[in-house]
Amino acid sequence: MNHTRSRVLPALLVMGFAFLYIPIISVIVYSFNNSRLVTVWGGFSTRWYGALLADHRMLEAAWLSLRIAAVSATLAAILGTLVGLVLARFGQFRGRTILSGMASAPLVMPEVITGLSLLLLFVAFAPLPFFPDERGFTTIVIAHVTLTMAYVAVIVQSRLSTLDESLEEAAMDLGARPGWVFILITLPIIAPAIASGWLLAFTLSLDDLVITTFTAGPSTTTLPMMIFSKVRLGVTPEINALATLMITLVAVLVVAASVLMARKEKSRERDVNLAHGARGVL
Amino acid sequence: MTGIAGADMARLQTGSLREREAPWKHSPASAYIRIDRVSKKFGEFTAVNDVTLDIFRGEIFCLLGGSGCGKTTLLRMLAGFEAPNGGRICIDGQDMAGVPPFKRPVNMMFQSYALFPHMTVESNIAFGLKQEGMPRNDIAKRVAEMLALVKLEEFARRKPHQLSGGQRQRVALARALIKRPKLLLLDEPLGALDKRLREHTQFELMNIQKRLGVTFVVVTHDQEEAMTLATRIGVMNQGRIVQVGTPQEIYEFPSTRFTAQFIGNVNMFEGRVIEDEPGHVLLESPDLGGRIHVGHVITSARGAVAWAAVRPEKMILSREASREPFNVAAGTVREVAYMGDVSIYLVELNSGKTVRVTQPNTRRHADGAFRWDDRVWVSWHESSAVVVTE
Amino acid sequence: MVRISNPLPHRFAITGRRLVIAAPCVWLLLFFIIPFLIVLKISFAHTRLGVPPYTPLWEWTSQHALHLSVTAANYLFLARETLYLDAFLSSIKVAFISTCFCLLVAYPMAYGIARSSARWRNAMLLLVVLPFWTSFLVRVYAWIGLLRNNGLINNALMGLGVIHEPLVMMQTDFAMYIGIVYSYLPFMILPLYSNLEKHDTTLLEAAVNLGATPFKAFLQITLPLSLPGIIAGSMLVFIPAVGEFVIPRLLGGNETLMIGRVLWDEFFNNRNWPEASAVAMTLLLVLVLPIMIFQRYQARDAGTGLHH
Repeated sequence: MNHTRSRVLPALLVMGFAFLYIPIISVIVYSFNNSRLVTVWGGFSTRWYGALLADHRMLEAAWLSLRIAAVSATLAAILGTLVGLVLARFGQFRGRTILSGMASAPLVMPEVITGLSLLLLFVAFAPLPFFPDERGFTTIVIAHVTLTMAYVAVIVQSRLSTLDESLEEAAMDLGARPGWVFILITLPIIAPAIASGWLLAFTLSLDDLVITTFTAGPSTTTLPMMIFSKVRLGVTPEINALATLMITLVAVLVVAASVLMARKEKSRERDVNLAHGARGVL
Repeated sequence: MTGIAGADMARLQTGSLREREAPWKHSPASAYIRIDRVSKKFGEFTAVNDVTLDIFRGEIFCLLGGSGCGKTTLLRMLAGFEAPNGGRICIDGQDMAGVPPFKRPVNMMFQSYALFPHMTVESNIAFGLKQEGMPRNDIAKRVAEMLALVKLEEFARRKPHQLSGGQRQRVALARALIKRPKLLLLDEPLGALDKRLREHTQFELMNIQKRLGVTFVVVTHDQEEAMTLATRIGVMNQGRIVQVGTPQEIYEFPSTRFTAQFIGNVNMFEGRVIEDEPGHVLLESPDLGGRIHVGHVITSARGAVAWAAVRPEKMILSREASREPFNVAAGTVREVAYMGDVSIYLVELNSGKTVRVTQPNTRRHADGAFRWDDRVWVSWHESSAVVVTE
Repeated sequence: MVRISNPLPHRFAITGRRLVIAAPCVWLLLFFIIPFLIVLKISFAHTRLGVPPYTPLWEWTSQHALHLSVTAANYLFLARETLYLDAFLSSIKVAFISTCFCLLVAYPMAYGIARSSARWRNAMLLLVVLPFWTSFLVRVYAWIGLLRNNGLINNALMGLGVIHEPLVMMQTDFAMYIGIVYSYLPFMILPLYSNLEKHDTTLLEAAVNLGATPFKAFLQITLPLSLPGIIAGSMLVFIPAVGEFVIPRLLGGNETLMIGRVLWDEFFNNRNWPEASAVAMTLLLVLVLPIMIFQRYQARDAGTGLHH
């Protein structure tokens, strides 16, 4: 394109990414700082990691958060996929706009409102038979599912809209009922999208503070709740260590996933080229 | 049609119905597929408008038309992906109303082939039989048969993205035929292939159809494809069937201006009916600058407007004036295009109209050939023209 | 081809379809809509000591009569107390300013990513999304470490001799804006990128060819075409930012009152559930219009198979 623009844009990009990453990098660096103070570099040390591992309450909270995240992500993936499927493939039906609205509202709704409303629901419905009496694991899972299924729905709907419908039509034409078409054809093809939806729901659940605080009840403490209370009291270097661990874990997962996908894409391209090259064989 | 000898074409066209005479000439009650006054609207837009059609067993029936004419919608209604708003569709005597696609004795070969990307060629082909619940050994046998039929035995374990376009098409064909459907629908089957592959595949398709005896309904916008493949063609325009007939009937005896102009090239002369006697029609045509005498009958009043359609290959070019009183005009050669086997001449008549004439190059040497700005006479035999009234 | 009618014949798959639609509907109805109705109901109740700390809407008296207890006191209190009005206005102001800053930072980035080659593009998108996958709290916490009086930035500036006394950045509006823009940046970049990526670059080439400067071409062609992306991203930032609680609490000063904080305090500190409910309902009312705008753009962009 234009040559003068080609200097400004990369510069802006670099600045933007610096803005995004400097806080993260600082956290990682200071997790290895021997000194408690940020001002002083006391030498390289892993003592805060040790302190972290010795902190049982923190570990318990982390374990709880992981369990909640796994369960709610799975439920959200199922429900979100159904919503995405309905919105992308079922055409017009009565109540479609309502479903679409209900499914996308949690994306933008301020968490204080959703958290408050869910808490009030649990309190009001506690005496009813199927509802949990106490707020805790179940209520948090319900809250997280309600929030994160919207994200999964958006991902799945968007993936389905790019999927050629003639694949599903061909399956039906060959004798498969709609249910089997979904299981045998659609699902395997959109599986990566569902997986990334699951991962997103997992992360959102792991990280959620506001809604969790509302729906957790007195005896349950998740990891974000614990971090929040510690941070309010002051800077604890332990948090740096925890943060670095979480960042590393996520980074490794995400990078591994994308490398895997890139490699798959390459081998696929190679196959396609081979096929085109074999023109003489018709 | 370049590249295909006339005798071959004739043989191929009637090859699949060798056993019987053209069944559409007999009673329509034996029609295999009856499309009876079928209509389809999408909101305000009418895609298919009151179409009635009979298709016979063992035919290759082509629905031919430009984009938006409704042919694909009609095909999809046969498959069951759209439900007609009016009329009904019967296949082998069975009314298809309310019958979903997976219960119809119909299979389709999609324009994009729609091969399942996550399955091997084998699994793709076997899919339809698995849905029927056939035992595994039987499936394996049938799949092997199909693979042999389409000559893809070594590719059984490959995935679609590892195949070339032509190979993918053969997989799509095998997949659709393995269930031995009563009707096979093909949506623009040759559109995605390059020219050389297209010709080869045309013959393969006709071969396979002959061997299996399946009834084909093909949708295409390519006239050459239709003319080669079809036993009969249904020309569609704006949701209606304009004319149904064999390729020869459609080409030589178009019933409307649309059909005449849609298939191949044609010279149209507008004129007024002067005489309408049993055995001939006479038109006064300012387009031609003279009179047109056609050796067949039309049903039209004297003084009405009609058109005479003359195909370019039926016209005769000559340097000498003709002594005929009809079907002749003088003009000047404006353009010459040498195509190898034929030459195309654009001749501007004295009346101002430009006509297209094709002449086979029967000699290797070019002496005596017509050149730019030559004064010529254009004429044709009275049986070479067709008069259409709409 | 536009498919408006249900393509599948009516008779079959009715139950299957209905079940598939019903399952998430029931969930959302139960855990999203009904809670809002409950909030509405409680916003009309009185506080009282005990569990739960509000009066029921109706109860049967000993004479078998239905006694309705509805009060608009909570809303009237809201309307009278300037505290609430101030909080609403300042929340909207903060959210609006944050959205603008976010847009200013995100647009060049989204544009740059959209214009780069395919290989860089994927890597850069990954880099944009990666922080989003790490803990939001942790990232806010990181800014505390950077912005404190003896934090990294002050130390660096003092070390370089640019300043002699630490800049007070924590517990200020400045820190709060940084925190909000930082946290919501991916939400603005992704819709913008998704829109910009679809632009046909030949349009710009045609414009330049016809005599426009590149900057003018950008203003008159790219910018208007990217409007849906701008709106979608802005709604994704503005709406939740209005109710934002954590960032103002950790990074913001005590003078800036955000409605999210008001709601939290009302609920947890004052144990005034009806009042908190009234605040929530009012906040919802304020946000209804932006939410509807968002949903319209979201539905259009998501690709429903109805619009192509």
